[in-house]
Amino acid sequence: MRSNLGRLLRQSTPITSSRWLRLSSRFYVALLLLLTYLPVIIVVAYSFNEGRYGVWRGFTTQWYTRLLTNRSIRANLMNSLKVAFASCGIAIVIGTAGAVGMTRSHFWGKDLLENLAIAPLMLPEIILGMAYLTLFTAMKVTFGMGTLIIAHSTFCIPYIYLNVQSRLAGMDPNLVEAARDLGASPGRAFRDITLPLITPSIFSGAILAFAMSMDDVVISFFVKGVTSDTLPIRIYSLSKVGITPEVYALCALMLVVIIMAIALFYTIRKITQRRTFHA
Amino acid sequence: MSRKSKLLGRPSFYLSPALWPLIISVALFIVLPIIYIVNLSFLQRGATWGVTDVHTLEAYRKLADPTYFAIFANSLRIATLTTLACLVLGYPFAYTTASLPPGRRQLVLLLLLAPFWLNSLIRLNGWILFLRYDGVLNNLLLKLGVIREPLRLLHNQGAILLGMVYGLISFMILAIYNSVEKLDRSLLEAARDLGASPLRAFLTVTLPLTLPGIIAGSILVFVPSIGLFFISDLLGGGKDMLLGNLIATQLLSARNWPFGAVLSVVMLLITVLLIRLYRVFSGGKSIGEML
Repeated sequence: MRSNLGRLLRQSTPITSSRWLRLSSRFYVALLLLLTYLPVIIVVAYSFNEGRYGVWRGFTTQWYTRLLTNRSIRANLMNSLKVAFASCGIAIVIGTAGAVGMTRSHFWGKDLLENLAIAPLMLPEIILGMAYLTLFTAMKVTFGMGTLIIAHSTFCIPYIYLNVQSRLAGMDPNLVEAARDLGASPGRAFRDITLPLITPSIFSGAILAFAMSMDDVVISFFVKGVTSDTLPIRIYSLSKVGITPEVYALCALMLVVIIMAIALFYTIRKITQRRTFHA
Repeated sequence: MSRKSKLLGRPSFYLSPALWPLIISVALFIVLPIIYIVNLSFLQRGATWGVTDVHTLEAYRKLADPTYFAIFANSLRIATLTTLACLVLGYPFAYTTASLPPGRRQLVLLLLLAPFWLNSLIRLNGWILFLRYDGVLNNLLLKLGVIREPLRLLHNQGAILLGMVYGLISFMILAIYNSVEKLDRSLLEAARDLGASPLRAFLTVTLPLTLPGIIAGSILVFVPSIGLFFISDLLGGGKDMLLGNLIATQLLSARNWPFGAVLSVVMLLITVLLIRLYRVFSGGKSIGEML
Protein backbone atom coordinates (compact mmCIF):
# COMPACT_ATOMS: atom_id res chain seq x y z
CA MET A 1 0.00 0.00 0.00
CA ARG A 2 2.49 2.49 1.21
CA SER A 3 4.90 1.60 -1.53
CA ASN A 4 2.23 2.14 -4.16
CA LEU A 5 1.37 5.49 -2.69
CA GLY A 6 5.03 6.45 -2.67
CA ARG A 7 5.36 5.47 -6.30
CA LEU A 8 2.34 7.53 -7.23
CA LEU A 9 3.62 10.54 -5.37
CA ARG A 10 6.99 10.29 -6.99
CA GLN A 11 5.47 9.93 -10.43
CA SER A 12 3.25 12.98 -10.07
CA THR A 13 5.90 15.24 -8.62
CA PRO A 14 9.26 14.26 -10.03
CA ILE A 15 12.02 15.35 -7.72
CA THR A 16 14.35 17.59 -9.65
CA SER A 17 17.51 16.10 -8.19
CA SER A 18 16.59 12.56 -9.25
CA ARG A 19 15.70 13.80 -12.72
CA TRP A 20 19.05 15.51 -12.93
CA LEU A 21 20.71 12.31 -11.76
CA ARG A 22 18.93 10.30 -14.40
CA LEU A 23 19.85 12.69 -17.18
CA SER A 24 23.48 12.91 -16.14
CA SER A 25 23.80 9.14 -15.77
CA ARG A 26 22.43 8.66 -19.28
CA PHE A 27 24.80 11.29 -20.55
CA TYR A 28 27.60 9.34 -18.86
CA VAL A 29 26.59 6.13 -20.63
CA ALA A 30 26.59 7.95 -23.97
CA LEU A 31 29.98 9.48 -23.24
CA LEU A 32 31.58 6.16 -22.33
CA LEU A 33 30.15 4.57 -25.47
CA LEU A 34 31.58 7.43 -27.50
CA LEU A 35 35.01 6.88 -25.94
CA THR A 36 34.73 3.18 -26.81
CA TYR A 37 34.37 4.18 -30.44
CA LEU A 38 37.01 6.89 -30.45
CA PRO A 39 39.97 4.67 -31.46
CA VAL A 40 37.81 2.89 -34.04
CA ILE A 41 36.79 6.18 -35.64
CA ILE A 42 40.41 7.35 -35.67
CA VAL A 43 41.61 4.15 -37.33
CA VAL A 44 38.96 4.43 -40.04
CA ALA A 45 39.84 8.11 -40.58
CA TYR A 46 43.54 7.32 -40.87
CA SER A 47 42.89 4.61 -43.44
CA PHE A 48 42.11 7.56 -45.76
CA ASN A 49 45.17 9.57 -44.72
CA GLU A 50 47.74 10.47 -47.35
CA GLY A 51 50.61 10.40 -44.86
CA ARG A 52 51.93 7.25 -43.25
CA TYR A 53 52.02 8.36 -39.64
CA GLY A 54 50.58 10.86 -37.20
CA VAL A 55 49.87 14.03 -39.11
CA TRP A 56 46.91 14.38 -41.47
CA ARG A 57 48.12 15.06 -45.01
CA GLY A 58 45.02 14.77 -47.09
CA PHE A 59 42.47 12.30 -48.38
CA THR A 60 43.45 9.22 -50.35
CA THR A 61 42.17 5.76 -51.14
CA GLN A 62 45.62 4.48 -52.08
CA TRP A 63 45.86 2.22 -48.99
CA TYR A 64 42.78 0.35 -50.12
CA THR A 65 44.18 -0.26 -53.59
CA ARG A 66 47.54 -1.21 -52.10
CA LEU A 67 45.82 -3.64 -49.80
CA LEU A 68 44.47 -5.49 -52.82
CA THR A 69 47.99 -6.18 -54.03
CA ASN A 70 49.49 -6.88 -50.61
CA ARG A 71 49.81 -10.65 -50.61
CA SER A 72 51.39 -11.07 -47.21
CA ILE A 73 48.69 -9.28 -45.24
CA ARG A 74 46.10 -11.23 -47.17
CA ALA A 75 47.93 -14.43 -46.23
CA ASN A 76 47.81 -13.41 -42.57
CA LEU A 77 44.08 -12.80 -42.83
CA MET A 78 43.62 -16.18 -44.51
CA ASN A 79 45.60 -17.88 -41.73
CA SER A 80 43.41 -16.24 -39.12
CA LEU A 81 40.24 -17.29 -40.91
CA LYS A 82 41.45 -20.87 -41.38
CA VAL A 83 42.40 -21.19 -37.72
CA ALA A 84 39.15 -19.61 -36.55
CA PHE A 85 36.94 -21.80 -38.75
CA ALA A 86 38.81 -25.01 -37.92
CA SER A 87 38.91 -24.35 -34.17
CA CYS A 88 35.25 -23.33 -34.06
CA GLY A 89 34.30 -26.49 -35.95
CA ILE A 90 36.25 -28.69 -33.53
CA ALA A 91 34.92 -26.74 -30.54
CA ILE A 92 31.31 -27.08 -31.73
CA VAL A 93 31.62 -30.87 -31.85
CA ILE A 94 33.52 -31.33 -28.57
CA GLY A 95 31.72 -28.56 -26.66
CA THR A 96 28.20 -29.58 -27.69
CA ALA A 97 28.82 -33.30 -27.15
CA GLY A 98 30.44 -32.44 -23.83
CA ALA A 99 27.50 -30.33 -22.63
CA VAL A 100 24.96 -32.97 -23.70
CA GLY A 101 27.06 -35.76 -22.18
CA MET A 102 27.53 -33.80 -18.97
CA THR A 103 23.79 -33.40 -18.30
CA ARG A 104 23.29 -37.13 -18.80
CA SER A 105 26.22 -38.35 -16.74
CA HIS A 106 26.76 -38.52 -13.05
CA PHE A 107 30.08 -39.45 -11.59
CA TRP A 108 32.54 -38.33 -8.99
CA GLY A 109 34.61 -35.39 -10.26
CA LYS A 110 31.95 -34.01 -12.59
CA ASP A 111 32.41 -30.50 -11.19
CA LEU A 112 36.16 -30.82 -11.51
CA LEU A 113 35.87 -31.83 -15.16
CA GLU A 114 33.59 -28.87 -15.84
CA ASN A 115 35.93 -26.43 -14.11
CA LEU A 116 38.88 -27.77 -16.07
CA ALA A 117 36.94 -27.57 -19.33
CA ILE A 118 36.14 -23.88 -18.81
CA ALA A 119 39.57 -23.12 -17.28
CA PRO A 120 40.85 -21.41 -20.47
CA LEU A 121 38.29 -18.65 -19.83
CA MET A 122 39.44 -18.16 -16.26
CA LEU A 123 43.20 -18.50 -16.50
CA PRO A 124 45.40 -15.75 -17.88
CA GLU A 125 46.03 -16.79 -21.47
CA ILE A 126 49.76 -16.56 -21.02
CA ILE A 127 49.78 -19.64 -18.75
CA LEU A 128 48.41 -21.97 -21.41
CA GLY A 129 50.48 -20.16 -24.03
CA MET A 130 53.74 -20.85 -22.24
CA ALA A 131 52.66 -24.38 -21.33
CA TYR A 132 51.97 -25.18 -24.99
CA LEU A 133 55.25 -23.63 -26.11
CA THR A 134 57.34 -25.66 -23.68
CA LEU A 135 55.33 -28.89 -23.95
CA PHE A 136 55.14 -28.89 -27.75
CA THR A 137 58.85 -28.12 -27.97
CA ALA A 138 59.65 -30.99 -25.61
CA MET A 139 57.44 -33.29 -27.69
CA LYS A 140 59.20 -32.06 -30.84
CA VAL A 141 55.92 -30.97 -32.44
CA THR A 142 56.39 -28.62 -35.38
CA PHE A 143 54.81 -25.24 -34.71
CA GLY A 144 52.40 -24.02 -37.33
CA MET A 145 48.74 -24.14 -38.28
CA GLY A 146 48.30 -27.42 -36.40
CA THR A 147 49.49 -26.09 -33.07
CA LEU A 148 47.48 -22.89 -33.59
CA ILE A 149 44.31 -24.89 -34.22
CA ILE A 150 44.89 -27.10 -31.15
CA ALA A 151 45.44 -24.08 -28.91
CA HIS A 152 42.52 -22.10 -30.32
CA SER A 153 40.16 -25.09 -30.07
CA THR A 154 41.00 -25.38 -26.39
CA PHE A 155 39.85 -21.84 -25.61
CA CYS A 156 36.90 -21.99 -28.05
CA ILE A 157 35.37 -25.08 -26.38
CA PRO A 158 34.28 -23.24 -23.18
CA TYR A 159 32.20 -20.69 -25.11
CA ILE A 160 30.20 -23.43 -26.86
CA TYR A 161 30.07 -25.62 -23.77
CA LEU A 162 28.76 -22.90 -21.43
CA ASN A 163 26.15 -21.66 -23.91
CA VAL A 164 24.79 -25.11 -24.71
CA GLN A 165 24.95 -26.25 -21.11
CA SER A 166 22.89 -23.34 -19.81
CA ARG A 167 20.32 -23.93 -22.55
CA LEU A 168 20.11 -27.62 -21.63
CA ALA A 169 19.74 -26.75 -17.96
CA GLY A 170 16.72 -24.60 -18.80
CA MET A 171 15.19 -27.22 -21.08
CA ASP A 172 12.15 -29.26 -20.10
CA PRO A 173 13.46 -32.86 -19.72
CA ASN A 174 9.92 -34.14 -20.33
CA LEU A 175 10.23 -33.23 -24.01
CA VAL A 176 12.89 -35.86 -24.62
CA GLU A 177 11.13 -38.34 -22.32
CA ALA A 178 7.91 -37.86 -24.31
CA ALA A 179 9.68 -38.50 -27.59
CA ARG A 180 11.28 -41.64 -26.13
CA ASP A 181 7.91 -42.83 -24.79
CA LEU A 182 6.43 -42.36 -28.23
CA GLY A 183 9.03 -44.75 -29.55
CA ALA A 184 11.83 -42.51 -30.79
CA SER A 185 15.34 -43.94 -30.51
CA PRO A 186 17.79 -41.94 -28.36
CA GLY A 187 19.44 -40.72 -31.55
CA ARG A 188 16.14 -39.66 -33.07
CA ALA A 189 15.06 -37.93 -29.86
CA PHE A 190 18.35 -36.01 -29.87
CA ARG A 191 18.06 -35.07 -33.54
CA ASP A 192 14.41 -34.07 -33.45
CA ILE A 193 14.07 -32.56 -29.97
CA THR A 194 17.36 -31.60 -28.34
CA LEU A 195 19.33 -30.43 -31.37
CA PRO A 196 16.76 -27.91 -32.68
CA LEU A 197 16.46 -26.47 -29.18
CA ILE A 198 20.20 -26.03 -28.62
CA THR A 199 21.11 -24.89 -32.14
CA PRO A 200 20.72 -21.16 -31.35
CA SER A 201 23.01 -21.62 -28.33
CA ILE A 202 25.60 -23.45 -30.40
CA PHE A 203 25.40 -20.63 -32.91
CA SER A 204 25.80 -17.79 -30.41
CA GLY A 205 28.61 -19.63 -28.63
CA ALA A 206 30.35 -20.21 -31.94
CA ILE A 207 30.10 -16.54 -32.88
CA LEU A 208 31.80 -15.54 -29.64
CA ALA A 209 34.43 -18.25 -30.02
CA PHE A 210 35.11 -17.15 -33.60
CA ALA A 211 35.59 -13.54 -32.50
CA MET A 212 37.96 -14.61 -29.72
CA SER A 213 39.98 -16.75 -32.11
CA MET A 214 40.24 -13.97 -34.71
CA ASP A 215 41.46 -11.58 -32.01
CA ASP A 216 43.84 -13.78 -30.03
CA VAL A 217 47.36 -12.46 -29.59
CA VAL A 218 48.77 -14.02 -26.44
CA ILE A 219 48.29 -17.75 -27.08
CA SER A 220 48.99 -17.45 -30.81
CA PHE A 221 52.20 -15.60 -29.99
CA PHE A 222 53.54 -18.72 -28.27
CA VAL A 223 52.28 -21.46 -30.58
CA LYS A 224 52.63 -19.94 -34.05
CA GLY A 225 55.13 -21.34 -36.50
CA VAL A 226 57.64 -19.43 -38.57
CA THR A 227 55.35 -18.95 -41.54
CA SER A 228 51.94 -19.10 -39.89
CA ASP A 229 51.50 -15.57 -38.56
CA THR A 230 47.87 -14.77 -37.93
CA LEU A 231 46.51 -11.29 -38.55
CA PRO A 232 46.69 -10.16 -34.89
CA ILE A 233 50.27 -11.44 -34.63
CA ARG A 234 51.20 -9.55 -37.79
CA ILE A 235 49.60 -6.38 -36.46
CA TYR A 236 51.45 -6.87 -33.18
CA SER A 237 54.82 -7.07 -34.86
CA LEU A 238 53.93 -4.18 -37.19
CA SER A 239 52.82 -2.05 -34.22
CA LYS A 240 56.32 -2.14 -32.83
CA VAL A 241 57.98 -0.76 -35.94
CA GLY A 242 55.13 1.39 -37.21
CA ILE A 243 51.95 0.18 -38.77
CA THR A 244 51.24 0.75 -42.45
CA PRO A 245 47.88 2.37 -43.23
CA GLU A 246 47.04 -0.70 -45.35
CA VAL A 247 46.30 -2.42 -42.06
CA TYR A 248 43.93 0.40 -41.11
CA ALA A 249 42.24 -0.02 -44.47
CA LEU A 250 41.89 -3.75 -43.87
CA CYS A 251 40.37 -3.07 -40.46
CA ALA A 252 37.94 -0.53 -41.88
CA LEU A 253 36.79 -3.19 -44.33
CA MET A 254 36.53 -5.74 -41.53
CA LEU A 255 34.43 -3.24 -39.60
CA VAL A 256 31.96 -3.08 -42.49
CA VAL A 257 31.77 -6.90 -42.50
CA ILE A 258 31.29 -6.94 -38.72
CA ILE A 259 28.48 -4.38 -38.84
CA MET A 260 26.75 -6.40 -41.55
CA ALA A 261 27.24 -9.63 -39.58
CA ILE A 262 25.78 -8.10 -36.42
CA ALA A 263 22.81 -6.70 -38.34
CA LEU A 264 22.24 -10.13 -39.90
CA PHE A 265 22.60 -11.85 -36.54
CA TYR A 266 19.99 -9.60 -34.94
CA THR A 267 17.59 -9.91 -37.82
CA ILE A 268 17.82 -13.71 -37.64
CA ARG A 269 17.33 -13.59 -33.88
CA LYS A 270 14.31 -11.33 -34.20
CA ILE A 271 12.74 -13.63 -36.77
CA THR A 272 13.36 -16.78 -34.71
CA GLN A 273 12.10 -15.06 -31.56
CA ARG A 274 8.90 -14.05 -33.31
CA ARG A 275 8.51 -17.62 -34.50
CA THR A 276 8.89 -19.13 -31.04
CA PHE A 277 6.40 -16.60 -29.71
CA HIS A 278 3.78 -17.68 -32.19
CA ALA A 279 4.45 -21.37 -31.77
CA MET B 1 17.86 -36.88 -12.96
CA SER B 2 19.66 -38.28 -9.96
CA ARG B 3 16.42 -38.77 -8.07
CA LYS B 4 15.02 -40.71 -10.95
CA SER B 5 18.08 -42.88 -11.27
CA LYS B 6 17.77 -43.76 -7.60
CA LEU B 7 14.12 -44.63 -8.10
CA LEU B 8 14.92 -46.90 -10.99
CA GLY B 9 17.79 -48.39 -9.10
CA ARG B 10 20.35 -47.36 -11.70
CA PRO B 11 23.95 -47.14 -10.51
CA SER B 12 25.04 -43.69 -9.31
CA PHE B 13 27.85 -43.80 -11.84
CA TYR B 14 27.08 -43.17 -15.47
CA LEU B 15 29.45 -41.74 -18.02
CA SER B 16 27.82 -40.74 -21.29
CA PRO B 17 29.94 -41.65 -24.33
CA ALA B 18 29.31 -38.12 -25.65
CA LEU B 19 31.59 -36.88 -22.88
CA TRP B 20 34.69 -38.71 -24.09
CA PRO B 21 35.91 -36.13 -26.63
CA LEU B 22 35.74 -33.44 -23.93
CA ILE B 23 37.50 -35.64 -21.36
CA ILE B 24 40.28 -36.46 -23.81
CA SER B 25 40.79 -32.86 -24.92
CA VAL B 26 40.78 -31.63 -21.30
CA ALA B 27 43.29 -34.31 -20.33
CA LEU B 28 45.62 -33.67 -23.26
CA PHE B 29 45.43 -29.92 -23.69
CA ILE B 30 44.62 -28.56 -20.24
CA VAL B 31 45.67 -31.03 -17.53
CA LEU B 32 48.82 -32.33 -19.19
CA PRO B 33 50.23 -28.86 -20.05
CA ILE B 34 49.55 -27.61 -16.51
CA ILE B 35 51.22 -30.66 -14.94
CA TYR B 36 54.09 -30.14 -17.34
CA ILE B 37 54.75 -26.54 -16.29
CA VAL B 38 54.44 -27.38 -12.60
CA ASN B 39 57.08 -30.06 -13.11
CA LEU B 40 59.14 -27.71 -15.26
CA SER B 41 59.23 -25.14 -12.49
CA PHE B 42 61.20 -27.59 -10.31
CA LEU B 43 63.78 -28.45 -12.95
CA GLN B 44 67.23 -27.01 -13.41
CA ARG B 45 67.92 -24.76 -16.32
CA GLY B 46 70.09 -26.28 -19.04
CA ALA B 47 73.49 -24.69 -19.73
CA THR B 48 72.44 -23.01 -22.95
CA TRP B 49 68.92 -24.11 -23.75
CA GLY B 50 66.07 -26.15 -22.32
CA VAL B 51 66.27 -27.98 -19.03
CA THR B 52 68.16 -30.83 -17.35
CA ASP B 53 66.61 -33.65 -15.36
CA VAL B 54 67.82 -32.38 -11.98
CA HIS B 55 65.08 -31.28 -9.61
CA THR B 56 65.80 -28.11 -7.70
CA LEU B 57 64.14 -25.12 -6.08
CA GLU B 58 66.60 -22.79 -7.80
CA ALA B 59 63.95 -21.14 -9.98
CA TYR B 60 61.70 -20.49 -6.98
CA ARG B 61 64.56 -18.82 -5.11
CA LYS B 62 64.78 -16.32 -7.93
CA LEU B 63 61.40 -14.96 -6.90
CA ALA B 64 63.01 -13.33 -3.89
CA ASP B 65 65.40 -11.40 -6.14
CA PRO B 66 64.57 -7.68 -5.66
CA THR B 67 64.42 -7.00 -9.42
CA TYR B 68 61.83 -9.66 -10.01
CA PHE B 69 60.02 -8.85 -6.83
CA ALA B 70 59.67 -5.25 -8.05
CA ILE B 71 58.18 -6.46 -11.35
CA PHE B 72 55.79 -8.62 -9.41
CA ALA B 73 54.70 -5.76 -7.19
CA ASN B 74 54.37 -3.41 -10.17
CA SER B 75 52.22 -5.94 -12.05
CA LEU B 76 49.91 -6.44 -9.11
CA ARG B 77 49.70 -2.68 -8.61
CA ILE B 78 48.69 -2.04 -12.23
CA ALA B 79 46.23 -4.95 -12.11
CA THR B 80 44.69 -3.53 -8.93
CA LEU B 81 44.46 -0.01 -10.36
CA THR B 82 42.92 -1.39 -13.56
CA THR B 83 40.33 -3.30 -11.55
CA LEU B 84 39.46 -0.27 -9.41
CA ALA B 85 39.19 2.01 -12.43
CA CYS B 86 36.97 -0.51 -14.24
CA LEU B 87 34.77 -0.78 -11.16
CA VAL B 88 34.40 2.97 -10.62
CA LEU B 89 33.78 3.67 -14.31
CA GLY B 90 31.80 0.53 -15.02
CA TYR B 91 29.38 0.44 -12.11
CA PRO B 92 27.39 3.59 -13.00
CA PHE B 93 27.36 2.48 -16.63
CA ALA B 94 26.04 -0.99 -15.80
CA TYR B 95 23.53 0.37 -13.29
CA THR B 96 22.14 3.01 -15.66
CA THR B 97 21.99 0.54 -18.53
CA ALA B 98 20.09 -2.01 -16.45
CA SER B 99 17.53 0.68 -15.56
CA LEU B 100 16.80 1.53 -19.19
CA PRO B 101 13.73 0.14 -20.99
CA PRO B 102 14.51 -3.38 -22.36
CA GLY B 103 14.88 -2.36 -26.01
CA ARG B 104 17.34 0.41 -25.19
CA ARG B 105 19.21 -1.92 -22.83
CA GLN B 106 19.88 -4.37 -25.66
CA LEU B 107 21.03 -1.54 -27.89
CA VAL B 108 23.48 -0.13 -25.33
CA LEU B 109 24.97 -3.58 -24.67
CA LEU B 110 25.24 -4.21 -28.39
CA LEU B 111 26.98 -0.88 -28.90
CA LEU B 112 29.31 -1.60 -25.98
CA LEU B 113 30.33 -5.03 -27.26
CA ALA B 114 30.41 -4.37 -31.01
CA PRO B 115 33.93 -2.84 -31.06
CA PHE B 116 35.26 -6.02 -29.49
CA TRP B 117 34.72 -7.73 -32.78
CA LEU B 118 37.31 -5.47 -34.26
CA ASN B 119 40.86 -6.52 -33.60
CA SER B 120 41.97 -5.35 -30.15
CA LEU B 121 45.46 -4.44 -31.38
CA ILE B 122 43.96 -2.19 -34.01
CA ARG B 123 41.91 -0.43 -31.38
CA LEU B 124 45.07 0.00 -29.32
CA ASN B 125 46.69 1.51 -32.39
CA GLY B 126 43.74 3.89 -32.59
CA TRP B 127 44.62 5.08 -29.09
CA ILE B 128 48.26 5.41 -30.11
CA LEU B 129 47.25 7.58 -33.07
CA PHE B 130 45.15 9.66 -30.72
CA LEU B 131 47.73 10.09 -27.98
CA ARG B 132 51.07 10.16 -29.78
CA TYR B 133 53.38 13.19 -29.80
CA ASP B 134 52.16 14.28 -33.24
CA GLY B 135 48.78 12.67 -32.75
CA VAL B 136 45.17 13.80 -32.91
CA LEU B 137 44.81 15.06 -29.34
CA ASN B 138 48.03 17.06 -29.30
CA ASN B 139 47.21 18.65 -32.65
CA LEU B 140 43.76 19.53 -31.45
CA LEU B 141 45.01 21.07 -28.21
CA LEU B 142 47.72 23.03 -30.08
CA LYS B 143 45.17 24.41 -32.52
CA LEU B 144 42.85 25.39 -29.71
CA GLY B 145 45.74 27.11 -27.98
CA VAL B 146 45.37 25.08 -24.80
CA ILE B 147 49.02 23.99 -24.93
CA ARG B 148 52.10 25.38 -26.64
CA GLU B 149 54.19 22.24 -26.67
CA PRO B 150 52.84 18.76 -27.53
CA LEU B 151 52.35 16.61 -24.44
CA ARG B 152 54.03 13.27 -23.99
CA LEU B 153 50.99 11.12 -23.35
CA LEU B 154 52.31 7.72 -24.37
CA HIS B 155 54.93 5.43 -22.87
CA ASN B 156 53.92 5.87 -19.27
CA GLN B 157 51.90 3.93 -16.73
CA GLY B 158 48.84 6.11 -17.32
CA ALA B 159 48.77 4.97 -20.95
CA ILE B 160 49.11 1.32 -19.89
CA LEU B 161 46.25 1.81 -17.47
CA LEU B 162 44.11 3.37 -20.21
CA GLY B 163 44.78 0.43 -22.52
CA MET B 164 44.02 -2.14 -19.83
CA VAL B 165 40.79 -0.43 -18.73
CA TYR B 166 39.72 0.01 -22.32
CA GLY B 167 40.31 -3.64 -23.11
CA LEU B 168 38.77 -5.13 -19.98
CA ILE B 169 35.99 -2.82 -18.75
CA SER B 170 33.28 -4.67 -20.68
CA PHE B 171 33.81 -7.76 -18.49
CA MET B 172 33.19 -5.65 -15.41
CA ILE B 173 30.15 -3.97 -16.96
CA LEU B 174 28.61 -7.29 -18.05
CA ALA B 175 29.11 -8.92 -14.64
CA ILE B 176 27.63 -5.96 -12.75
CA TYR B 177 24.84 -5.54 -15.31
CA ASN B 178 23.79 -9.16 -14.77
CA SER B 179 23.54 -8.71 -11.02
CA VAL B 180 21.75 -5.33 -11.25
CA GLU B 181 19.26 -6.82 -13.69
CA LYS B 182 18.40 -9.54 -11.17
CA LEU B 183 18.01 -6.96 -8.42
CA ASP B 184 14.50 -6.76 -6.98
CA ARG B 185 13.73 -3.07 -7.39
CA SER B 186 10.84 -3.18 -4.95
CA LEU B 187 13.40 -3.64 -2.17
CA LEU B 188 14.92 -0.33 -3.17
CA GLU B 189 11.53 1.35 -3.21
CA ALA B 190 10.73 -0.12 0.17
CA ALA B 191 13.92 1.35 1.57
CA ARG B 192 13.08 4.73 0.08
CA ASP B 193 9.52 4.61 1.36
CA LEU B 194 10.79 3.83 4.80
CA GLY B 195 12.70 7.08 4.66
CA ALA B 196 16.19 6.06 3.56
CA SER B 197 18.06 8.68 1.56
CA PRO B 198 19.02 7.59 -1.98
CA LEU B 199 22.61 7.23 -0.85
CA ARG B 200 21.66 5.16 2.18
CA ALA B 201 19.35 2.97 0.09
CA PHE B 202 22.18 2.43 -2.36
CA LEU B 203 24.72 1.57 0.32
CA THR B 204 22.48 -0.74 2.35
CA VAL B 205 20.41 -2.37 -0.40
CA THR B 206 21.84 -2.06 -3.89
CA LEU B 207 25.52 -2.42 -3.10
CA PRO B 208 25.29 -5.59 -0.97
CA LEU B 209 22.91 -7.21 -3.46
CA THR B 210 25.15 -6.48 -6.43
CA LEU B 211 28.31 -7.52 -4.60
CA PRO B 212 28.54 -10.90 -6.37
CA GLY B 213 28.60 -9.03 -9.69
CA ILE B 214 31.24 -6.65 -8.40
CA ILE B 215 33.45 -9.49 -7.22
CA ALA B 216 32.98 -11.55 -10.37
CA GLY B 217 33.70 -8.50 -12.52
CA SER B 218 36.79 -7.67 -10.48
CA ILE B 219 38.18 -11.16 -10.92
CA LEU B 220 37.37 -11.15 -14.63
CA VAL B 221 39.35 -7.92 -14.97
CA PHE B 222 42.14 -8.58 -12.50
CA VAL B 223 43.15 -12.02 -13.75
CA PRO B 224 43.71 -11.21 -17.43
CA SER B 225 45.31 -7.87 -16.61
CA ILE B 226 48.30 -9.67 -15.06
CA GLY B 227 49.03 -11.46 -18.30
CA LEU B 228 48.31 -8.98 -21.11
CA PHE B 229 51.87 -8.29 -22.10
CA PHE B 230 51.15 -6.60 -25.40
CA ILE B 231 49.37 -3.61 -23.85
CA SER B 232 52.35 -2.54 -21.76
CA ASP B 233 54.53 -3.35 -24.74
CA LEU B 234 52.69 -1.00 -27.08
CA LEU B 235 51.29 1.76 -24.88
CA GLY B 236 53.99 1.70 -22.21
CA GLY B 237 56.76 1.53 -24.78
CA GLY B 238 58.14 -1.62 -23.17
CA LYS B 239 59.55 0.38 -20.28
CA ASP B 240 57.28 -1.20 -17.71
CA MET B 241 57.96 -4.87 -17.25
CA LEU B 242 54.85 -6.67 -16.12
CA LEU B 243 54.52 -10.29 -15.09
CA GLY B 244 53.28 -11.17 -18.57
CA ASN B 245 56.25 -9.48 -20.23
CA LEU B 246 58.61 -11.21 -17.82
CA ILE B 247 57.22 -14.65 -18.68
CA ALA B 248 57.47 -13.89 -22.39
CA THR B 249 61.12 -12.76 -22.07
CA GLN B 250 62.07 -15.70 -19.86
CA LEU B 251 60.73 -18.06 -22.50
CA LEU B 252 61.77 -16.39 -25.70
CA SER B 253 64.89 -14.33 -25.03
CA ALA B 254 66.37 -15.32 -21.69
CA ARG B 255 65.59 -18.96 -22.42
CA ASN B 256 65.06 -19.63 -18.74
CA TRP B 257 62.15 -22.03 -18.92
CA PRO B 258 62.06 -23.08 -15.26
CA PHE B 259 61.77 -19.48 -14.11
CA GLY B 260 59.09 -18.76 -16.72
CA ALA B 261 57.27 -21.82 -15.37
CA VAL B 262 57.63 -20.59 -11.78
CA LEU B 263 56.02 -17.29 -12.74
CA SER B 264 53.17 -19.12 -14.48
CA VAL B 265 52.64 -21.37 -11.47
CA VAL B 266 52.46 -18.32 -9.19
CA MET B 267 49.96 -16.69 -11.55
CA LEU B 268 47.97 -19.92 -11.65
CA LEU B 269 47.85 -20.05 -7.85
CA ILE B 270 46.66 -16.43 -7.61
CA THR B 271 43.89 -17.17 -10.13
CA VAL B 272 42.72 -20.36 -8.47
CA LEU B 273 42.72 -18.61 -5.09
CA LEU B 274 40.58 -15.75 -6.44
CA ILE B 275 38.12 -18.16 -8.06
CA ARG B 276 37.81 -20.15 -4.83
CA LEU B 277 37.24 -16.90 -2.99
CA TYR B 278 34.43 -15.99 -5.35
CA ARG B 279 32.79 -19.38 -4.76
CA VAL B 280 32.83 -18.76 -1.02
CA PHE B 281 31.39 -15.26 -1.43
CA SER B 282 28.64 -16.19 -3.86
CA GLY B 283 27.55 -19.38 -2.16
CA GLY B 284 28.98 -21.93 -4.56
CA LYS B 285 28.34 -20.27 -7.91
CA SER B 286 30.98 -20.43 -10.58
CA ILE B 287 32.25 -17.36 -12.33
CA GLY B 288 31.30 -18.74 -15.72
CA GLU B 289 27.67 -18.11 -14.81
CA MET B 290 28.34 -14.39 -14.68
CA LEU B 291 29.30 -14.14 -18.32
